[in-house]
This record gives sequence, C-alpha cells and structure tokens, in this order.
Amino acid sequence: MKRNKIALAGIALLAAGTLALAGCAGGSNPDSSGKPAAGGDASAIIKTNGSEPENPLIPTNTNEVGGGKILDSIFAGLAYYDGKGALVNDMAEEIKVDSPTKLTVTLKKGQKFTDGTEVKADNFIKAWDYGAQLSNKQLNQSWFSDIVGFSTDADSPLTGLKKVDDTTFTIELSSPVAADFATRLGYSAFYPLPDVAFKDMAAFGEKPIGNGPYKLAEGEAWKHGVSIDLVKNDDYQGGRKVQNGGLTITFYSSLDAAYADLQSGEVDVIDAIPDTAISTFESDLGDRAVNQPAAIFQSFTIGEQVAHFSGEEGKLRRAAISMSIDREAITKTVFNNTRTPASDFTSPVIDGWSDKLDGADVLKYNKDEAKKLWAEADKISPWSGTFQIAYNSDGGHQTWVDAVSNSIKNTLGIEAAGAPYVDFATLRAAVNARGADGKRTIQTANRSGWQADYPAQYNFLFPLYSTGASSNDGDYSNPEVDKLLEEGASATDSKKATEDFTKAQEILLKDLPAIPLWYSNVSGGYSEKVQNVTFGWNSVPLYYEITKTK
Amino acid sequence: MLSYIIRRLLQLIPVFFGATLLIYALVFLMPGDPIAALFGDKPPSPQLLAAVRAQYHLDQPFLVQYYYYILGVFQGDMGTTFSGQSVNEVLSRTLPVTGRLAIMAIGIEFTLAIIVGTVSALRKGKIFDNGALVVSLVFLSMPIFVVAFLGQYFLAIKLGWFRPTIGGQNDWGDLWLPAIVLGLSLFATSMRLMRGSVLDTLNQDWVRTAYSKGLPRYRVIPVHVLRNSLIPVITNSATNFGVLLVGATVTEHIFNIPGVGNTLFQATLKHEGPTIVSFVTVFVIIYVLVNLLVDLLYGLLDPRIRYVR
Repeated sequence: MKRNKIALAGIALLAAGTLALAGCAGGSNPDSSGKPAAGGDASAIIKTNGSEPENPLIPTNTNEVGGGKILDSIFAGLAYYDGKGALVNDMAEEIKVDSPTKLTVTLKKGQKFTDGTEVKADNFIKAWDYGAQLSNKQLNQSWFSDIVGFSTDADSPLTGLKKVDDTTFTIELSSPVAADFATRLGYSAFYPLPDVAFKDMAAFGEKPIGNGPYKLAEGEAWKHGVSIDLVKNDDYQGGRKVQNGGLTITFYSSLDAAYADLQSGEVDVIDAIPDTAISTFESDLGDRAVNQPAAIFQSFTIGEQVAHFSGEEGKLRRAAISMSIDREAITKTVFNNTRTPASDFTSPVIDGWSDKLDGADVLKYNKDEAKKLWAEADKISPWSGTFQIAYNSDGGHQTWVDAVSNSIKNTLGIEAAGAPYVDFATLRAAVNARGADGKRTIQTANRSGWQADYPAQYNFLFPLYSTGASSNDGDYSNPEVDKLLEEGASATDSKKATEDFTKAQEILLKDLPAIPLWYSNVSGGYSEKVQNVTFGWNSVPLYYEITKTK
Repeated sequence: MLSYIIRRLLQLIPVFFGATLLIYALVFLMPGDPIAALFGDKPPSPQLLAAVRAQYHLDQPFLVQYYYYILGVFQGDMGTTFSGQSVNEVLSRTLPVTGRLAIMAIGIEFTLAIIVGTVSALRKGKIFDNGALVVSLVFLSMPIFVVAFLGQYFLAIKLGWFRPTIGGQNDWGDLWLPAIVLGLSLFATSMRLMRGSVLDTLNQDWVRTAYSKGLPRYRVIPVHVLRNSLIPVITNSATNFGVLLVGATVTEHIFNIPGVGNTLFQATLKHEGPTIVSFVTVFVIIYVLVNLLVDLLYGLLDPRIRYVR
C-alpha cells in the first residue's frame, strides 16, 4: 500500500529513500557543472535540517529521508540522479542492458572507500546479498526481489549476481524489467559496502565508512538526537563535485523550530516549511523561498464498476469530469500554490516528463466542452444520482474534495460531493471490497495518488494502470497499455522507453482510469549566505552544489 | 525520621511495578502497527514483517512482552530503540539536559514568586500589587506553547537576544530562554500563593511580637515572615512538578532541546515501547522522590512538623 501514503500526511517523503541528487525541472541553478559562485567559500560548512535517522546508517536498512539524506551524501552507488532526475554513472563506468533480464555493470577503476580500500564488484554483490537475506531483516529487502535467487521465505543467496572480474559483474533478473531496473540503481539500497562492514554491521551502522562526496567528520560526528557533521571527501572522483567544505545536518523536533532558525540565520537551507508558515513563507523569504513540484502525483480514480463510467459513455463522462475541474483556481485558493496542476500521470521532476502530451487538453478547465461531452453521454444513458469522491477525513483532504466537487457541480449542473471515511484504513477497505462476482463494490470515485520510489515514469505507471497491478484501484485493463509498459521496461534504449511510456500515457489520457489533479510541491527556503540551492527529484536539496559566502 | 524515609522509599516498589505495567499496557493498546510503519511506503514481505516483529518480541502476548522488559530492567538493560541504541544510553544522554532546564526553570519560578509575591503582600492594593495581579493572570491564562512561540519569535528571531533553538549547545548558559518560558508559565500560581501566605503570616502573633520587641523590618520580614510563608508555596511546587515535566516536554519540542521530553515525544510517535515505558517510569520515580524531598523540607521550614515512625 505504498500509494496513498500521502494520506498519512506529515510523514511526507518516507517513500523515496532518496539519492541526494537530482533536481527539479525549472530549478534555479543554471550552472550545474558547478563552479563555486563568486565569493563562495570552499571550506564553508553548510547547515541544514534533518531528523535523527530511524535506523542504523546501513544503506539496505534505511528507508526514510532522515537517514537517507545522510547516506546519499556519504555513499556513492553505481549511478546517481542529476538535477533533472536522470541517471548519471557514479561508480559505474557503464551499466549495460544486455537483454530484458540481464545487465552488465563495469566499474571505474581506482575508486576508494574512505578507509582506503578499493570499490570492487564484490562490494556491491555482498552488500546487495546482505540486504536481501531474511535473517538480516533489512527494511529495503524488497528492492532486491527482481534478482534471480531472491526469496521471501528463507535466506537464499542472490545467485543472479555474478562477478566477472574485480570491476565487472552481471545482474540476472527473474522478470523482464532490466531497463527499469537500471534506473533504480541510483537508490540508496544499492550502495556498496566496504569489507569492514561485514565484520560488525552494528558498529558499522554507527560509524559508516562510505565512498561518496562527503564523509563523517573526525571524532564524534553523529551526535544522537542532535546533529551529524559531514566533511568533504577529497578522494571522491564522481560527478557530484562538492562546492563547500562540509555539511552539518541538525535534527529538528519540529519544522517550526527549523523555520525559526532559518529566520535568524542559524541554519542555511531547510527542505520543508511548517504548516504555520505555509501562507507567509514566500513573502518572508522572497526569492529565497523554494516552491516547486515534487515526485508526488495526486488524482482520483473512477473504477470501471461505477455506474455510468464504463464503455463509451464512461469515456465521455470521465473527460467531462476532468474538464470541469478548475485546477488552476483550486491549487491557488485551497493550497496557496503548494500544488502544481497536473499535465500528465507522472511528475515534472521525472526524466521524460512532458506537458505537451497528445490529449493533455483534457486536463484543462473547459466549461463548454465539458458540458458538451456530458450531454453526449446522456444520450447514451441519462445521468442520475450524485457524483461522489471518497476520501479519508483525517488527512486534510476535505477542502480540496469540496472544491473539486463544487467545480464539477457548477460546470455540469449535477450533484457532486465528497464521501468521507474516518481514516485511511477504512477508506482502503472500502475501495478494496469486492462482491461475489469479484468486482469492486465501491460506487464512488476515490482519491488516489503516488509518491515515486525512484525517478522513473515506469514507477508512476506500472503499479497503477497495468492489468492486475498492486495499486490499480479502478481495475483498469488495457492490453495496449500493458504492452507499452512492458516494452518500455525492457527497452535497452532509454529514448525508446520514454516513447513507449509517452504512448501509454496518451492512451491513459483518453481512457482516464484516474483523473489527474496536481503534483504536490516541495517547499523550502535558504538564507542569504548561501547560493546555488537546487532541490533534487526526491525533494532533498543537492547539498554538494551549494556555495556559501563568509 | 530515618524509618519514615525508608518507608517512603519502599513505597517506590509498588509504584514502579504499577507504573511500568500501566504504561506498558497503554503502549500495547496504542492503535497502529509500529513495525509496518517502519517500512514506510514499500510493503515488506509477510515473512520479513514477522521476523522484525519477533526481534522486538512484538509477536508475543502482552504479559510475556512485559516480562521480557522487566527482566531486562533488573539486569540493568531497559531495551533498545528501533535504531539500535540502548535506552540506557539515550536516557543518560537526555536526562542531564532536562535536569538543567528543570532546575533553571524552578529557580526562576521561585525567585520571581517569592520576590513579587512578598512585595505584593507588603504593598497590598497599591499599583505594584495590582500590576502583578494582571501580569500573573496573563501568564496563568496563556498556554505554555503560546508563551514559548512568542518568546521565540520576539526575543530570539526579532531581537536576536537568544538563539531560537538549542540543539547541541545545551549547557547552563544556553538554556535561558526556554527556562524563562517554563519558569514564567509556572510562576503565577506560586506568586499568588506566596502573596496570600505572606499576608496571612503578617497578621500572626509572633510577627507582632517581633515588631514589638523592636526588631527592624529587614529582620522581621526575611526571618519571621518569609520562612513561615514558604510552606504552601513549597507544597504547591511539589504537586506542580508534574506540570513542570509536561511543560518541559512542550518547551523542549518547540526549542528543539535534546532532552527527555522531546525524546519521549518522538518515541511516542514511533510507538517505541521500551523508550516510552522507561522514560515515563523515570518521570514517575522522579515525581515520587521530589514529593518525598518536599515532605522532608517541611520539617526544616517548620520545626513543629515532625515525622516520627
């Protein structure tokens, strides 16, 4: 049930463990090749907000953003995600997709962990194997489930990982998703571990030795419950060139405290804004406020079983509903512009995103066209009843559901309203309930959404719209979409993959199994002392690019 | 006297078991599955979920879980957090911080309460008295988080007199702002009590006697009046100690102080059983000890109060 996690508001961003990189479309940093800005101090320590890691700092056991942003800074995987969410080789010289089920990875030579040992193929193979074993109880275990040899029932070596020589290994997969698997390799679960880690993993988790752009400072770097001090790792040769002297992550108990520190210059960059300041932070901070889309897509799903929403009539009604929602006005008035109207089924921070898909007009407010389509549908079978959107009332959704309902009501002249459920679990139970015929029983639309695990369009599309997928709430099934998604995931050429996903989305825009609403934004801000602040695809700033003046 | 103290200390034993059992039961009954929450958005396999649950004994019935916990406590081990740290360590790291904050807050509370209360009583009905009444009513009616946010915004962010948050630098000198906030939120009741008590004492025979003996005011007020007026204030501060602990939790949260309260708050969000139970139990034990200490203080303040048997 990773999807609607957004519902558990407040824990935002748990999902995307996070590679500290990657950026935002339309970010403010034109020079990502990264020369220090004039006046930038190469020894300056950047101070930022964070939270105490919930687990020891072991890549395969860290799935939340507090530990994730530290791991992304001190480790380097085969690849990282750049400012646009695209995959860039880091430790890897080449990640080659040999066939839909096989990849070959070649490492760059001479790269070192901070204890002086070289980063070899074995460091990856052993680390992943450690993460996959049941008895090691690693939180990121499921990331290895596509590799041959993986088992959920018992310890079982990942036989699909084969070392060719010290700098080459092959990955054999049990399902044909090689191309998509390659895009996952920037995630922290796939980081290598030095040999010393396997001697005493608990001690290692307390004082990790990595190979990334930063390393733990001398002495007591991790002050539990207080902060962690990282300094630049001069041995790192990858693409994430560090433009500052180090990073101090202060653990805040509340966002309000972090925001207070930003206002008085005690902290340089924060990657979230407290609710209490959401309507004022842009005027408080001026151009130092950050408010841009994150890898979170929100929508409402109308199941095939809902009366009047199947077949040709359904298509007309879905399009009419979509065009009767004034997304611009709602994101502005209800959300203070902390949402961005959707123009596809993914997110702008994902590589391959486009707002010019064929048929994306259906996501634009168009009163006349909506009425026309609705009338056409009425000719097939006249409308009766109320159009309802089910939501959990404990997640702050009521305001937007009411706004959307009103928009539909005013445009189409039909009754529309929210259908509140007490909490997320109750809502999910209602959505998942099935009758004797195996069909879902819910007769309303339901709110839905997705937060990306890794920056790939496939991750936004496959789990939600492929036949029988885990989060396909509407039981949507279109063989053409299935085929395009499968081809995209196994395509050895990323351009071809993007084309496949684009085509799949264009079909989705016609079928509208879910009505896209908007992307959630990441809000943050920074002090006058720092420059070149860009937020990555996972809503974490690219710390290595930040420069600071004295 | 000694046997009284021993008896009071022995009472700690049932208090300890009662408190731990009760709190353990409450944590046990909290809705939601902490282990499933650990995995965030990516659902784990049921086998993995079961393995992690077993690691924390969360697959066992309530009494068995409690037994494991108590067994650990008697071996000096209060369990581990989800991040693998020992609760003992967390406690020994956070307790001194909260201790400093509490002592400073009580110091500020007492100083203010005694001075303002006494002066108010001596100038009953004058401007100072009425002014103090208004000020104390303001602080009495404002929830502590309002005082904290106002202090943080105006004194720290706007005027820059203090740092808005505390974090790692939490020595005596760093804790002034939160200690003042906490002290102010407690001082109103003590001040009103002190005023009433001083007024009461001023009318006692022995005060009149002292004056008629020709003792000067600067001897009479501190020695004869103040000492005898302190008892209600001390009693109040003992019962108020619980309020102080709650206030410390709120204050620590707002000022990002890595103390007991803040850690307890975070642990509660995560359903981290061992941390919650150990921390609250320590709170309870401190509360009982403080009340014992206060009872003993009575004897020093008023020799007529004696604890025999």
